[in-house]
Amino acid sequence: MVNGINLALQFLDSFAFIVLAAAGLAIIFGIMGVINLAHGEFILIGAYTTTLAATQLGLPLVVAMVVGGVVTGVFGIITERVIISGAWPNWVSQRTLGRDVIEPLYDRLADSMVATFGLSLILTQGARIRFGNSIDQISTPFGAISYGSFSYSTYRIVLAGVSIGLLVATYYLFTRTDFGMRARATIQDKETAQAMGVNTDRMYMLTFGIGSALAGLTGALFAPVISMQPTLGDQFLVEAFVAVVVGGPSVVLGTALSGGVLGAILAVFSNLYGTFIGRIALLVAALIALRFLPEGITGFIEQVQKRRQESE
Amino acid sequence: MSTNSANGEANSSLLGRLRSPFEGPNTIGESRGFWVGFLVAVAALVVYPVFGDGSQLSLFMILALLGLSLSLVWGYSGVLSFGQVVFFGIGAYTFGVVSINFATPGGITAAVVAGIVGGGVSAAILGYFMFYGGVRDVYVTIITLVSTIVMHTFMAQTAGSEWAIGEAALGGFNGMPDIPLLTLGVEGASYQFIYNPFPMRIIGIGAFEISPFYYLVLVLLVGTYLALRVLVNSDYGRVMVAIREDEDRTEMFGYNVTRVKFIVFTLGGALAGLSGVLYAARNVYIDPTVFSLLFATLPVIWVSIGGRKSLLGAAVATLAVEYLRISMAGELALVLLGTLLLVTILVLPDGVVPWVHQRIVTARIGPGEDNGPNVPETSSEVSD
Repeated sequence: MVNGINLALQFLDSFAFIVLAAAGLAIIFGIMGVINLAHGEFILIGAYTTTLAATQLGLPLVVAMVVGGVVTGVFGIITERVIISGAWPNWVSQRTLGRDVIEPLYDRLADSMVATFGLSLILTQGARIRFGNSIDQISTPFGAISYGSFSYSTYRIVLAGVSIGLLVATYYLFTRTDFGMRARATIQDKETAQAMGVNTDRMYMLTFGIGSALAGLTGALFAPVISMQPTLGDQFLVEAFVAVVVGGPSVVLGTALSGGVLGAILAVFSNLYGTFIGRIALLVAALIALRFLPEGITGFIEQVQKRRQESE
Repeated sequence: MSTNSANGEANSSLLGRLRSPFEGPNTIGESRGFWVGFLVAVAALVVYPVFGDGSQLSLFMILALLGLSLSLVWGYSGVLSFGQVVFFGIGAYTFGVVSINFATPGGITAAVVAGIVGGGVSAAILGYFMFYGGVRDVYVTIITLVSTIVMHTFMAQTAGSEWAIGEAALGGFNGMPDIPLLTLGVEGASYQFIYNPFPMRIIGIGAFEISPFYYLVLVLLVGTYLALRVLVNSDYGRVMVAIREDEDRTEMFGYNVTRVKFIVFTLGGALAGLSGVLYAARNVYIDPTVFSLLFATLPVIWVSIGGRKSLLGAAVATLAVEYLRISMAGELALVLLGTLLLVTILVLPDGVVPWVHQRIVTARIGPGEDNGPNVPETSSEVSD
């Protein structure tokens, strides 16, 4: 019985970690065709901003977390303008050289990967130069709940709730609002969307900003429970990529499903054989999933639906 | 292969016939000037140990082999692999394990072969799993990235004494020290390449020592470069490039796309394995940092900066970037490397070496003709 509760809590924990790690990346990758290898560093920005806002400026934790998300979102928009779309450098070069110098990185998967890897090197090393090898951490709020001879951090359970809330909010934003419709129209067919009066340039910018803000929020939420080092983003990167790829083309649903499946595998194997085997099991499961479902879980669901429609 | 004489040079001359297998639309450099420059560059590398640090340059040349393996797999066949370091590391570890267990000249020679085969076989297994499973494009990239991380996680926890193969302990983060010195041959007729410098004396320069290992690596690098040029300019190479440009269309023409990708990936793995063997032999040591995320991305950086569709670019950029990385020791090194990478990929997405080549060709033939008939204009391609 106690072990069952343990397992359930560990599952919630893994689920929250995977979903939060993947959310920002999934939007940027799924919607814009940009592989953001600096995703971990966006999380880093969120975590550092939150921690510094709380410890240096003395803001309440919740406010500091919002600040962390907003700052990362703004940073994301600047990144999009300067690097991903190259709009600002091109604006300058149009006036000085009379031509564009940068071709947008949309749907250039490999190039976007290399460019954002350069950005991640700069950010990690920049953080190390500016703040040193670690900064003071905020203490974990809410204390712990205990049952039997075990105790568990309440904050971890709150994280699981927040991750579900974020999924619902993102799903609502992209499927039920006017903005979401324009964004999805831009992804599906840029030219037609433009012809229908959608400002696709602005859509890309805002989508990237939202994805970055989600990554920043992830960093903000995890700031009290992970150690504040310049390389803290790395621990999220792997789970994020695995979840996005296993999830497949449907961004929000895919992230939720792969978070559930991979979280369950991680929890079960960690519980039985320790965290190391848990991690290996997660990665092996991802390899196997890709081998048999090259389009991811949601791609597989779409295929099944299509087949059913055809047979009717 | 009569289309090669882009400059109208007589193809029937002996030199022309000698050169023709190395030339074609898939590599840059098909003029006499290029080959003269090439020989000058090789000659410069031959005499370099007299003036500079040959030991360091031998490391860079070993890594250039790794860069070439990625250029072959990514630049010519369109498979972006973050896993070249997996095959590199497996090659290095295999060499270490076999040579520690059989520390005789024959055993060490066999260890070299085992390392190369190890790299190739591991690439074949992963490649079979991916390509015959229908995994494509960016998903291949992610799988190779995940494989790298699996290897890193796995090797890092092999510190315990139960993780030993024969007499070779894998050693976890501490790595595997005491790899025997590289010796090729059999008992009685063998030659030791590492820590066996022979002294030389040249009037006017003075006495110095040169390492035979440096020349072994140089020969392997130049040989590999030329062999890959032959490969990518052969009919097989044309199929590889066709797959890079449009996989479905190549399949329509009746080529077995899956098999070509599988074979090229295996070949790239074996080449990375060779590079790993030399790396372990040079350092007489190997540890799991070769599987780390930073090391896994380095080949992608070299090849992107140099120009991924150019073997020469991959090799030259490896030497240049590694030299910069080592010489810019200090805090700002990684910031500068990141900036360099970012600016290169944004401003020159095709890489530096093809851009320089384009300038030279334009300066010689004049603008407007810089795309010869052999170079397909990508923008004129019919979109589907």
